[in-house]
Amino acid sequence: MTKLLIGAPARPEAFPDGRLPPGRRAVRAGRRNRPPLLLVVPACLTAAIALLPMIYLAVRAFEQGFGVVGDVLLRERTLRLLLRSLLLAGAVTTACLVIGVALAWLTVRSDLPWRRGWAVVAALPLAIPTYVAGFAWISLLPSLSGFFGAFVVLTACSYPYVLLPVAAALRRMDPAGEEVARSLGLSPWQAFRRATLPQLRPALAAGGLLVALYALSDFGAVSIMRFDAFTRVIYTSYRSSFDRTPAAVLGLLLVAVTLVLVWLEARSRGRASYSRVGRGGARVGAVAGLGRLRLPALLVPVSVAALSLGVPAAALLYWTSVGVRGGFPALDVGGAALSTLTFAALGALATTVLAIPVGVLAARRSGRLPRLLERASWAGHALPGIVVAFALVFLSVRYAFPFYQRTPVLVLAYAVLFLPLAVGAVHASAAQSPPGLEEVARSTGARPLAVLRRVTLPLAAPGIAAGAVLVFLTCMKELPATLLLQPLGSETLATRLWTETGVAAYSAAAPYAAVLVLLSAVPTYLLGVRTGALGKPPTPPAFSVPRPPGSGSALAPRSSEGEP
Amino acid sequence: MPRLTARVLLAAVILVTAACGSGADDPAEQFAAAADAGKLVVYSGRNENLVGPLLEMFTEASGIEVATRYGGSAELAAQLLEEGDRTPAAVFLSQDAGALGALQDEGRLEPLPADTLAKVPAQYSSVDGRWVGVSGRSRVLVYNPDLVPAADLPQSVFDLTAPQYKGKVGYAPTNASFQSFVTGMRVAAGEERTRAFLEGFRANEPKAYEGNALIVDAVNDGVIPFGLVNHYYLYEKAAEAGGLDKLTARNYLFPGADPGSLVNVTGVAVLAGKQSENAQAFVDFLLAPQAQTYFAEVTKEFPLIEGIEPDVPGLPALASLQGPKVDLSQLDSLEQTLALLDEVGLT
Repeated sequence: MTKLLIGAPARPEAFPDGRLPPGRRAVRAGRRNRPPLLLVVPACLTAAIALLPMIYLAVRAFEQGFGVVGDVLLRERTLRLLLRSLLLAGAVTTACLVIGVALAWLTVRSDLPWRRGWAVVAALPLAIPTYVAGFAWISLLPSLSGFFGAFVVLTACSYPYVLLPVAAALRRMDPAGEEVARSLGLSPWQAFRRATLPQLRPALAAGGLLVALYALSDFGAVSIMRFDAFTRVIYTSYRSSFDRTPAAVLGLLLVAVTLVLVWLEARSRGRASYSRVGRGGARVGAVAGLGRLRLPALLVPVSVAALSLGVPAAALLYWTSVGVRGGFPALDVGGAALSTLTFAALGALATTVLAIPVGVLAARRSGRLPRLLERASWAGHALPGIVVAFALVFLSVRYAFPFYQRTPVLVLAYAVLFLPLAVGAVHASAAQSPPGLEEVARSTGARPLAVLRRVTLPLAAPGIAAGAVLVFLTCMKELPATLLLQPLGSETLATRLWTETGVAAYSAAAPYAAVLVLLSAVPTYLLGVRTGALGKPPTPPAFSVPRPPGSGSALAPRSSEGEP
Repeated sequence: MPRLTARVLLAAVILVTAACGSGADDPAEQFAAAADAGKLVVYSGRNENLVGPLLEMFTEASGIEVATRYGGSAELAAQLLEEGDRTPAAVFLSQDAGALGALQDEGRLEPLPADTLAKVPAQYSSVDGRWVGVSGRSRVLVYNPDLVPAADLPQSVFDLTAPQYKGKVGYAPTNASFQSFVTGMRVAAGEERTRAFLEGFRANEPKAYEGNALIVDAVNDGVIPFGLVNHYYLYEKAAEAGGLDKLTARNYLFPGADPGSLVNVTGVAVLAGKQSENAQAFVDFLLAPQAQTYFAEVTKEFPLIEGIEPDVPGLPALASLQGPKVDLSQLDSLEQTLALLDEVGLT
């Protein structure tokens, strides 16, 4: 790959002019795989940032020698808890896939009553942090705990990660396949299973991966539900032994697991190219009549909403009312809300800017380097926030002291944690805008930067913006890294909430949780509206599937790939 | 359409930039410069709701401005270890002695003057004189009198392994207070007796909870008859509910030098190389009557200096507490405790 890197010219001379004689087109097509430095250099920077925690983890893990690393890894408890966590992640992912597909199909392709409204409502649980949902469940149903409790909370909070990409895929999928299947005599269910479902594979894989990693790295739900999960070992290790080596070893193990999952996800999508189907297609598949099941089908969105939104809302209302009865507490929501919004906005901006080169590169270029850079951006995503926070404490105290405990380092932590959310959005939306337009722009003599700025990014902007919204939302809920890295004396809604629950002041905590959820509901609503039934088919999906790295064929213009 | 979206994006960027630009005025940015502005930087493992007003009193009394980072004691201790001598913090207020012990072992703490140490009974401070206790708390057995007649209360924490308590005791295995209780038992009663107790305790199917507050809730709601907790959670819940008489649950202190009544402390230390008049003034303020009364009345803890009579109904006097005689500095041997808990399977 370095060979390509060195060989890649920085100047537009790579494409000297657009009016090449037909005979030279093949040559040019061959060169198209050389990644331009304009993208490669910033993309490498992004990957390096995503890999920052690895430096720290490696230093801490190996400072006491390899023997200790082996000891920690081979502890029976380590393996047992890793298995428990993988089992939980597997169960949560399966449930989320089922719920996500059912809700996506009902809201996009069926004549479910008020389906547009349900499309938005179904996305809203993204606004609820797991520690709030966990607290809600346990305060209403104290006996719920352990595996089942963690499973319920994680599923209720994270199924939108599947719903959103699947709904988007259903919307832009060409219905022809399903129609053909039906015309050949398959039942609606068979047609869905054999024609539609396979086309949803990338969306399912991408959404499932996000859910699995979420379940693996989450601490809020498992700690409140007292489920002894892998992240708890990492936390306990920091909390009790003051010895950072075991935690670092376990962190590295988690990164390894993440990379395996990322690799599996890429494999599960195979080499086939999916998104060409129906790209730009002006129609969505026919709405399926539910017939007599139309009203009973409402039970699906209603029960999901009751579990994922109703329970937290009920608990928050109850505790807020308890607090109000005991005299209205002097709420200082304003300052915390402002810092929450500021930190989250900066986090979303930085993460998106960092994600653009990686995402565009992965969408436009095949080959090992773009694929490697994209996978590297996942490295920090499965690490618990506290591990990333300590990594940045370690590094910034040594190498960027003026920024330590200032906003920039906190924003950097957000970027390390949430890069994949933005990279996925950039990748998907860039892949959907026709590369032909960029070639035309280049043919007019525009430089690569100008092409990126004036053609690629504007075309992909809606999808990129949706990715930024998702990062924004996730930053708002972040707790452990914010606690350690936020500027001295400042507080966010999440840290305020942590403070209140720390003294068991549920009634005082509830209003902060409510404000956090309501504020997060705004961006979530936008995401739901974009991906749900309200959007226009040709716009890139709000939350969409990164295309398989390396499927360069998808770059070909639509005209050559439409249905026969 | 894309152009419109691009404009929206641009507007968002401008808004965010404006927000950053005005950041100089917002409190977050001002505090960011606190370390440079000569404020006393305190890392507090105690909750902001407990400590915040106390810090305001300190500033009012001394004129010294304070900037505080709140977090879990152990997380902050780990952060201090990562920061090394470049830490912005001058003072560390820790929820428990173990975190202070760990920093002391790494040479991260400054010795305190003898007259500061002399204000507090020796058992509640560092043997090396590098941290001093400022408030005490006791382990208790919280119980539900509706489910348990007073006559049936156990005489010792070791009795909880008896068959009549099977499945009836809540505990918080991942909570630092439970772990330091086990550490205290190891130090006071020895490894073997502790192991035997933990094995018997586990065989008795106790119910694990994530925190003391959840246990007190469960006991009060009658979900479980007993819980191993710290004494003040009951008083805090009482304050939230509007009085102790609104609650069913009650605290019970095991009589005598029982490890089940271990007294642990919140302690304060000055970080290595950060000794200053302001830092010392802060430590002394925490040991003055105003702060000691505050701890007792607001956080329902025990004052550690003599002559304080807090107005907290039901709160036992410090002298009446027995607990095992344990060197609290040894409560940093948590790693062995964890290994033991892990072996026994109580996690």
